[in-house]
Amino acid sequence: MAIVAQTSNLGKIFWPALAWLISIIFFFPIFWMVLTSFKTDADAVKPEFLIFFKPTLENYFNMTDNYDYWRFAINSTITSIFATLFSLFVGVPASYVMAFNPTKNTKNILIWMLSTKMLPAAAVLYPMTFITKNFLNIYDTHFLIILVLCLINLPIVIWMLFTYFKEIPKEIIEASRMDGVNTWGELKEIIIPLAWGGLASTALLCFIFCWNEAYWTVRLTTNEAATLSKLIEGNRAPEGLFFGRLSAVSSAAVAPIVILGWFCQRQLVKGLTFGAVK
Amino acid sequence: MAKLKIKNLKKSYENEQIIHGVNLEIKDGEFVVFVGPSGCGKSTLLRLIAGLEEITEGEISIGDKVVNEIAPSKRGVAMVFQNYALYPHMNVYKNMSFALRQARMNKDEINRRVKNAAEILQISDFLLKTPRSLSGGQRQRVAIGRAIVREPDVFLFDEPLSNLDAALRVNTRLEIARLHKRLGTTMIYVTHDQVEAMTLADKIVVLNNGKIEQIGSPIELYENPLNMFVAGFIGSPKMNFLNSKTLTKNISTIVKGAKREDIIGIRPEHLLKTTYTKSIISARLDLIENLGENVLVHMILNNDDQIIAKMNTAPKEPIGTKLHFTANIKNLHLFNKK
Ligand SMILES: Nc1ncnc2c1ncn2[C@@H]1O[C@H](COP(=O)(O)OP(=O)(O)OP(=O)(O)O)[C@@H](O)[C@H]1O
Ligand SMILES: [Mg+2]
Repeated sequence: MAIVAQTSNLGKIFWPALAWLISIIFFFPIFWMVLTSFKTDADAVKPEFLIFFKPTLENYFNMTDNYDYWRFAINSTITSIFATLFSLFVGVPASYVMAFNPTKNTKNILIWMLSTKMLPAAAVLYPMTFITKNFLNIYDTHFLIILVLCLINLPIVIWMLFTYFKEIPKEIIEASRMDGVNTWGELKEIIIPLAWGGLASTALLCFIFCWNEAYWTVRLTTNEAATLSKLIEGNRAPEGLFFGRLSAVSSAAVAPIVILGWFCQRQLVKGLTFGAVK
Repeated sequence: MAKLKIKNLKKSYENEQIIHGVNLEIKDGEFVVFVGPSGCGKSTLLRLIAGLEEITEGEISIGDKVVNEIAPSKRGVAMVFQNYALYPHMNVYKNMSFALRQARMNKDEINRRVKNAAEILQISDFLLKTPRSLSGGQRQRVAIGRAIVREPDVFLFDEPLSNLDAALRVNTRLEIARLHKRLGTTMIYVTHDQVEAMTLADKIVVLNNGKIEQIGSPIELYENPLNMFVAGFIGSPKMNFLNSKTLTKNISTIVKGAKREDIIGIRPEHLLKTTYTKSIISARLDLIENLGENVLVHMILNNDDQIIAKMNTAPKEPIGTKLHFTANIKNLHLFNKK
């Protein structure tokens, strides 16, 4: 008995300590980034571990005054929102069909969709740039960014929605069909209300992915449709002279998404625990 | 209300045939029960009638209309699912009125029908509750209510009682019987519980491996089972099957014209204790189960087969003693082994 008590005491200290340690390791870079964003560029490059310094908002003013932060932020918001909406618009019917009217090929189609994520993005960089610039003339437009974000995220959106839809008991769908609901009504009255939590978390995740996407948004824009990723990229100086400025830009770029996640957290948990009555 | 006709119905999933040519006629207002062991295709047959599965071959007509190509909601059938399948995000009233709202019926009529059904089922007090806050029995009533408000021609029940506890099951069974009396609507009811089948049915359809073994009233099936499958399935405890080697007399002297390879079936309640000279079988006493009103006596034949006798009082003999039994000639069933 004593041994059991001892190990559980050890567990009481050991596991929380480990959890804290890991959290700190993960959190520290972000903390450091935010801290640096309040330093002058001169302070920021100092090699010592500088925690106490005279904070300044100069980097932030500089960012909004000289770099047009808001335009990038608006571009990010527009492209992320529309890409998310469009992904759901295509993803909901697609996963609905696969979940409730599956055929022999449904599994293959799902795997095929996922397989598109296995191709390295760099492999299609040249054709993408070439085609959008020279043939379609949509390079550096919101439309292109929305389309690309949508295509990147669709496989994940469909996979997630598919799993959420699968959790709805088949009998409930059948009961509604016997009650004379048409396809649109079935989606509106039964599936969307029942999968609400799943839809919300899918939408949120898709939005976060869109917001954070950097590979394509950086390479397929120059100015007009440039997003916050592009702004960060533009402030990156390999000599490391503008760490303060870069940190401010980065902090301002992740802030909206962190705040959004924070507020939606509760909403999501609530949504996800709304289980079906079996 | 309507009669229902099934002609040479077949159903296959991919390469596997599940229903092998079923023919069945159900009269208007009849209470028909499908029974059979698990996996025999009862639910599949019901779902074919409901329109939830596509018919591979054959024809189903309700009233005078062939419904093969008609959508489930337009067939005039309503189904009660085994696990209720209530809409969890709607309250009881909304659950019950869902079909009517889909059909764009006017509000007063919807209200009248829901109130009426709720009264019949005694769920008027729960109309504003969500399914989650109801007990199993209450949910089952809501599910039945959802079917009633549609005023269908045919009710379909798929094992509606199997999720309820024993006491509630008996109660709900009686209520379904009453409901049938009251509405007079054709009902098709799937179960694998032969007691439910015997007590509820006007007509029982015994299914096995996707084929109909026998159709008849409960009494017909009990008294004149066509084959050993039906004989063994209907009645509890199961009918005893005796091959001629286990009998104490020559089989042809017990039943005229019986051959050596035939089997005699005797229900446990028809075995009568007697002396060796008058007996047709003898068996070693193995175990006595006292059920209160009567006693199940388990015995072992000389070929190690088990038989059961249902008696009013327990035999006084010690375990291991040979007991001797006979039976009334009209209670003997002769089967030839396939
Ligand atoms: N969608 C399906 N795809 C393939 N096979 C199926 C499908 N649905 C049912 N089956 C098969 O059809 C057979 C009959 O199933 P069914 O559900 O009708 O049996 P049941 O008589 O209702 O059994 P139970 O008493 O267990 O409910 C089973 O062997 C089952 O495996
Ligand atoms: Mg079944």
